[in-house]
Amino acid sequence: MAKAKGAIVVDTVKCKGCELCMVACPTNVIVMAKEVNGKGYHYSTPGNPDACIGCTNCAVVCPDSCITVYRAKA
Amino acid sequence: MDIKDIIKDENVIYKKSAVLTDNEMHYCPGCTHGVVHKLIAEVIEELGIQDTTIGIAPVGCAVFAYDYLEIDWQEAAHGRAPALATAVKRLMPEKMVFSYQGDGDLAAIGTAETIHACNRGENIVMVFINNGIYGMTGGQMAPTTLQGMKASTCPFGREPQQDGFPLKITEILATLPGTSFVTRQSCHTAASVRKTKKALIKAFKNQQAGKGTSLVEVVATCSSGWKQSPTKSNDWMVENMFPFYPLGDLKDE
Repeated sequence: MAKAKGAIVVDTVKCKGCELCMVACPTNVIVMAKEVNGKGYHYSTPGNPDACIGCTNCAVVCPDSCITVYRAKA
Repeated sequence: MDIKDIIKDENVIYKKSAVLTDNEMHYCPGCTHGVVHKLIAEVIEELGIQDTTIGIAPVGCAVFAYDYLEIDWQEAAHGRAPALATAVKRLMPEKMVFSYQGDGDLAAIGTAETIHACNRGENIVMVFINNGIYGMTGGQMAPTTLQGMKASTCPFGREPQQDGFPLKITEILATLPGTSFVTRQSCHTAASVRKTKKALIKAFKNQQAGKGTSLVEVVATCSSGWKQSPTKSNDWMVENMFPFYPLGDLKDE
């Protein structure tokens, strides 16, 4: 298992499921959830969190500022 | 390292700007307005001008922009944002003033105000969101609608003989002596979003330096108006909008 360097937390309540973060992710971390949120959207979620490198691309393109990005200092 | 060890407050490298409010934006999924609002919030936070910035909200989808950024706002009549920005900046020259307008606002009903504000060289920032359509009212043809592009008032595509040609207002404004910085950017990839942010920082710094009008056009998507998914809209924009509206700086003095 690859060692994760980064991690994301998605505000699943605010997410509108536009999928722009999924396209922007270079390591295919993000998938759209099968479940829907209160607005009826398939929200984005880290389906493959170990691959995250903390590049912030997903958060930068998010129109609703739903994503917080963490990166380990190691 | 375990994910739980990474998700700690000291490891945060990107989070929502403090200038953005907690209100949920009313924009459609994937709307470029959200990205540009976020960028303006980040620029205001980084330059430390939250207390001194006054935004001029347009009529259009961004009419509720005052709900999303924690700064002072004025709501302008349709297209009159540059005129209102002129007044605000002249009355309070120490404030940072920017107008935020769509293509129907800036390039159609507000063309006169836009051109004359730029020609007077008013010391303001103008943010221009160009998605080639009237998004708010249901996808009608705008002056910036491309030739052959479908809209609800030109369902068979824009026909120049009947509807005229698409208007490159940014090119027109770049020829005016009052403008100091005119650029065209986009927000379809993370790299382009970062470039747009740099352009906005430059525009606001130009205002601090008193250089005259700075115009930042953002070629944007309207997935609801274009009747495509947000990701397909981005592809469509790259394929069709960018050849006619090429990205880059048109003027930088």
